[in-house]
Amino acid sequence: MAAHRCNIFMLVFVLCGLTYVLVRAEIEDTNHVKDAESVAVDIAPKANIGASLRSTKTEDQTQAAEEERQWEAETNPVDAPSDNKADHVHDTMQNLDSRPAPYVKDQTQEAAEEERQWEATEVKEADHVPDTMQTPDVPPPTPAKDQFQEELVIRPLHSGDIYASFQFRTMWDTDFLRGSKVSHYRLFPKSLGQVISKFSVRELHISFTQGYWRTMQWGQPFLPSPPGAELWVWFQDTVTDVDGAWKELTNVLSGIFCASLNFIDSTNTVQPSASFKPLGLGNVTDQRFLRYAVLPREIVCTENLTPWKKLLPCGSKAGLAVLMKSEKLFHSSFHSQALHFRPVCQDWKCKSTVWELRQTLNVVFDLHTSGQGKREWSLFKMFSRTLTEACPLASSSKVYVDVTDNPQGELFELSPTTPLLSQAVVLGDRRTYSVYDLTNQATFGQTRSLNMLLRWRAAESGDMLRPLLHGERYVAGYGLQTGEIHTLMYNNHPYRAFPVLLLDTVPWYLRLYIHTLTVTSKGRDNKPSYIHYQPSKDRLRPHLLEMLVQLPPNSVTEVTMQFERALLKWTEYTPDPNHGFYVGSSVISALVPSVVAMDTNSTRECPLFSSFFPCKEESSYFMRVYTEPLLVNLPTPDFSMPYNVICLTCTVVAVGYGSLYNLLTRTFQVEEPSPGLAKRLANIIRRLRGVPLL
Amino acid sequence: MGLLSDPNRRRALTKLLTRLNAPICVMCYLAGVAWFMGLAFEPFTLRTYMSENAMGSTMVEERFPAGERALATGREFAAHKKKVGGMPVDWLVKTMQSRGLEVFTQSFTRKLPFPDENKERYMVRGTNVYGILRAPRAPRTEALVLSAPCSEGNNNNQAVGLLLGLAQYFRSQIHWAKDIIFLVNEHDLIGMQAWLEGYHHTNTTGGDWSPLQGRGGSIQAALSLELSSDVITSLDLVLEGLNGQLPNLDLANLFYAFCQKIGVLCTIQGKLQRNDWDTTSGYSHAAQTMMLMVLKQASGRPWGDHGLFLRYHIEAASIRGINSFRQYKTDTTTIGRLLEGMYRKLNNLLERLHQSYFFYLMPSLSRFVSIGYYMPAFGLLAVILLLQVLNLLVYVGIIDSFLLSPSVLHQPSSPGVLSILTPVVISHMTGVALYTLPILSQEMAVQHFPVSETEAVVLTAIAIYTAGLALPHNTHRLLQGEGTEEGWRVLKLVALLYLAVLLGCTALINFSLGFILALSLVPIAAFITPHTPKALSAAIMVLLSPGCTLLYCVFVFQELQETPVSLQDGWMLFLSVISQGILDHALYGSLVYPLLALLIYPCWLLLWNILFWK
Repeated sequence: MAAHRCNIFMLVFVLCGLTYVLVRAEIEDTNHVKDAESVAVDIAPKANIGASLRSTKTEDQTQAAEEERQWEAETNPVDAPSDNKADHVHDTMQNLDSRPAPYVKDQTQEAAEEERQWEATEVKEADHVPDTMQTPDVPPPTPAKDQFQEELVIRPLHSGDIYASFQFRTMWDTDFLRGSKVSHYRLFPKSLGQVISKFSVRELHISFTQGYWRTMQWGQPFLPSPPGAELWVWFQDTVTDVDGAWKELTNVLSGIFCASLNFIDSTNTVQPSASFKPLGLGNVTDQRFLRYAVLPREIVCTENLTPWKKLLPCGSKAGLAVLMKSEKLFHSSFHSQALHFRPVCQDWKCKSTVWELRQTLNVVFDLHTSGQGKREWSLFKMFSRTLTEACPLASSSKVYVDVTDNPQGELFELSPTTPLLSQAVVLGDRRTYSVYDLTNQATFGQTRSLNMLLRWRAAESGDMLRPLLHGERYVAGYGLQTGEIHTLMYNNHPYRAFPVLLLDTVPWYLRLYIHTLTVTSKGRDNKPSYIHYQPSKDRLRPHLLEMLVQLPPNSVTEVTMQFERALLKWTEYTPDPNHGFYVGSSVISALVPSVVAMDTNSTRECPLFSSFFPCKEESSYFMRVYTEPLLVNLPTPDFSMPYNVICLTCTVVAVGYGSLYNLLTRTFQVEEPSPGLAKRLANIIRRLRGVPLL
Repeated sequence: MGLLSDPNRRRALTKLLTRLNAPICVMCYLAGVAWFMGLAFEPFTLRTYMSENAMGSTMVEERFPAGERALATGREFAAHKKKVGGMPVDWLVKTMQSRGLEVFTQSFTRKLPFPDENKERYMVRGTNVYGILRAPRAPRTEALVLSAPCSEGNNNNQAVGLLLGLAQYFRSQIHWAKDIIFLVNEHDLIGMQAWLEGYHHTNTTGGDWSPLQGRGGSIQAALSLELSSDVITSLDLVLEGLNGQLPNLDLANLFYAFCQKIGVLCTIQGKLQRNDWDTTSGYSHAAQTMMLMVLKQASGRPWGDHGLFLRYHIEAASIRGINSFRQYKTDTTTIGRLLEGMYRKLNNLLERLHQSYFFYLMPSLSRFVSIGYYMPAFGLLAVILLLQVLNLLVYVGIIDSFLLSPSVLHQPSSPGVLSILTPVVISHMTGVALYTLPILSQEMAVQHFPVSETEAVVLTAIAIYTAGLALPHNTHRLLQGEGTEEGWRVLKLVALLYLAVLLGCTALINFSLGFILALSLVPIAAFITPHTPKALSAAIMVLLSPGCTLLYCVFVFQELQETPVSLQDGWMLFLSVISQGILDHALYGSLVYPLLALLIYPCWLLLWNILFWK
């Protein structure tokens, strides 16, 4: 059996070497392989990937394997043109996997034993999202210019639901903006890289979200995003025509992500002055180079997920991305996928910058609808897949499970258990995580697959959380003439006030009465310390309102503004005008006092030296909260009316115009009394003679 | 169009109209009434059909299984209600939370302008409890509401039980695209008013309520459930809302479609549908159903908890379970399945319900009369007013001078503006008194007379109403000169035009009210002159005054509901109807009372003035 396996292995190896030579010649110049050509390449990926997976698992990496990986990165656009094919590839891969080669396993286990200790310490030190990460796979003397990390965080939520957050990070030390084009792509997706260098993008943040994050039940998300699509971009300061670049960029992104981003135009684009500062390195904060747009109506589905998955180095064929089966991801309470591109420091000294591409996917699975009464979760139940390996291209691949609220296992039971624990301060709260390192073969155990099982023990509690900061928005009033937008901001901190930045973008067809703007907290007027308001122009640009408001402790701050509903031209209505028109979420950005700093419970066991002054780093953290979008009804004409109007108009024309025409063209004569018989006779004679009548 | 350009033919037409005025008016009146009665005749009506595509073609499978458990929950609710002696808020909150909803409460207090003797309440204090089922992957922009009132005594416990059962069942389903709000409101309409005003952050009637914490976006449709027994024989659909507003007909169609599908007996106005339209009894059955709807709509009051939703452009209806002595019973599971089906279809809505009719009358649940069919009945009555106006114009000489001989403008001896304006102003002052005084003077009345507050208000209203009859004599005291022949004609012209505008506007908003008022007011408006026999005319006028019309409506309504009352009870009912009308206005903003007091009654007084013109 082992010999047989070995033969297959060798065969595959040879085969892929051959195809490598063949294909390399073809795709040297262009990475875009046409559909016609892909037939020739078709067999290659299946064989090749299997091979490369094997080879990367062995500890001593051969040069051949190194080359193959490179090859795979290059053929990435080739091997995933359609989902079906990708699945097929994946299946073959699993088949290969299900028959483990003993000697490979032995080797890897040995290696794992060696590495374990080190991993543990590394994890202990690591931040939740470490900015600098050592790469044990790559030999130190020649550091790779790009690297890839993946991780999955699973957090059991207060409400009994479960939150799964994927993060994939590709870092690349290259210069997208220098004169010569970047042509050699390894891990970084080429389709995106080309866009970035063409439009001189410095930072790009795009998110697609289906559903609304329920802060009151779920707490804070790792990365907030508004319902629908959100896009914000910082351009380089070398760009002269920012609007033109923005317009083209949205259209290109629309194609890449299969989304309606091409609906972004000047009527829904704004340039916030304070709310969206660059998240990466850079000192240009001139809002001229910033564009921000939200499409609250955008519906996110599999056609957006597939192109998003294709940007990953391993696609959805290996590593954590295997779990992303769309039918499960969209059978959830909340789905959000995002992509963030920004420049970051290369190391802690920050002497040079690298580009970071971070792809995130957040899902919340519902206890009630998916659990079918059994209160337990497993990877298989959530994703209908289990983990069998890390992405071979990833320098680190980990699964974290939040066990903070569960130190003794009283809340839920987690199996298999892992000895690795990690602490991280997330959103101002110190959390403890169980860590499963996928690069370690021991993680997969005897069954060669990791299927975490989480069984709830505590009864679910229906009461709601009181997050420190949360927002709410609704339309008040009735009728179709006017209305009032209410934005509520809750500060639930018991004793600290903090300032928040509120950003409101309202489409032009709601005419805001800015003089009716009121900000009240605790029944008193709360004067914003900074207001930036840009009035709308009909059919050109939306209202933009930014305010810096101080939220008193333990209070609700209410921002109200009246508006009038405009009457649109009849071609400006959507095909379903009675559905209503969307107003995007308002954005509340704040530095929120940390929960850790708020913790005054001195009975908790902790070192004495750490508990006197509140820690500076943890005293506050940045947070962004999106309110719900609004659905506003505008006065809508009855679109079945044209027929009636035609009938009515025809009638008016026929009757009104006809009679008027009649009146105008008729000659009026004074009617004379009838002449006598003699005269009549005389006239007859005159007519016969042809002389004028009397 | 030679008719208008030819002076001879124009003159002939005017002559014809003035000479045949009375017969034409009588014809029109009879034709109007006949048209209206004909609306109930089945061959003249249209069959209802589902207009909304989103609800029509998609089939829904109803699988609600837990009727028995819902009844058990209802009994538990009843026990807690009894224990607390009102709304068991804590229990409801806990129960809803355990079913996976986001639960919020709203407290409200309301002081009525005077005690409501029908429901025995004055200072109302209560709490609404509602739970929101958040739709998965929906951004909280749209919502549906299912409400059940927590009523006094032993009523409606089953409705609350079923509501909680449905909440639990809906929670386990994945296909919801709109948030569903499960609301248990205390003190029926007052609680509902507080909740709706809280939800939309308005305050139209000066109630005192705490603001809402959780919302679900714009509400697309709502159903209110009333169920007081474990099994029912039929379900009754109530449509009439505040100010005679009706929900979109598709909502009624949806209910009817599911009743047919599931096999539940369904009624409207408590009347089953009959198939023998060609018999007299079949016709009279349909006519009764329609007349009941007309009377209910004309009253302008919400006939169920759904009635207040309509103001916010939310399509809503009440579904009422009736348990009579029929053999065929329907259990709670079936009602649950019916509601599940309805909500599944409402959930499929892509736009607000707007495809079907908003103005309609229903002679049975499967037949309807649209606005295009019933408006001619009113039009025929309104034409009488216009013919009379034309007639008067000819008499007064405006038409004569303008149309017949434009060159020779002979000045008619125009009556002084004062003689016209004085009665108009005084009648309206009386109207204002009728509108304001009853509530303002209740305390004084209670002190001086041995009556309760409610009686005081109603009796004051009647007293002011009757005092208005003495007006003509008082008006003349203010006038200097004698009223001329021209004078009463101009006054009548003003009164006729005023009435025509009033009735026309009323009929557009609330057809039933406009039609009933037109039925009683048009004849007296048409034929009243100072030269008719005084006593007889006065008697007729009083008998056809708005107040007496209301009295007849009370009797007719009782008759149609097959609960005839004696004269004595009828009178008591009449008094309570007046107090309810005033309360409806104060609590929910119903417009019937101000319309009658401030506009219709003064208009009638003007006509009364003409009768006693000197």
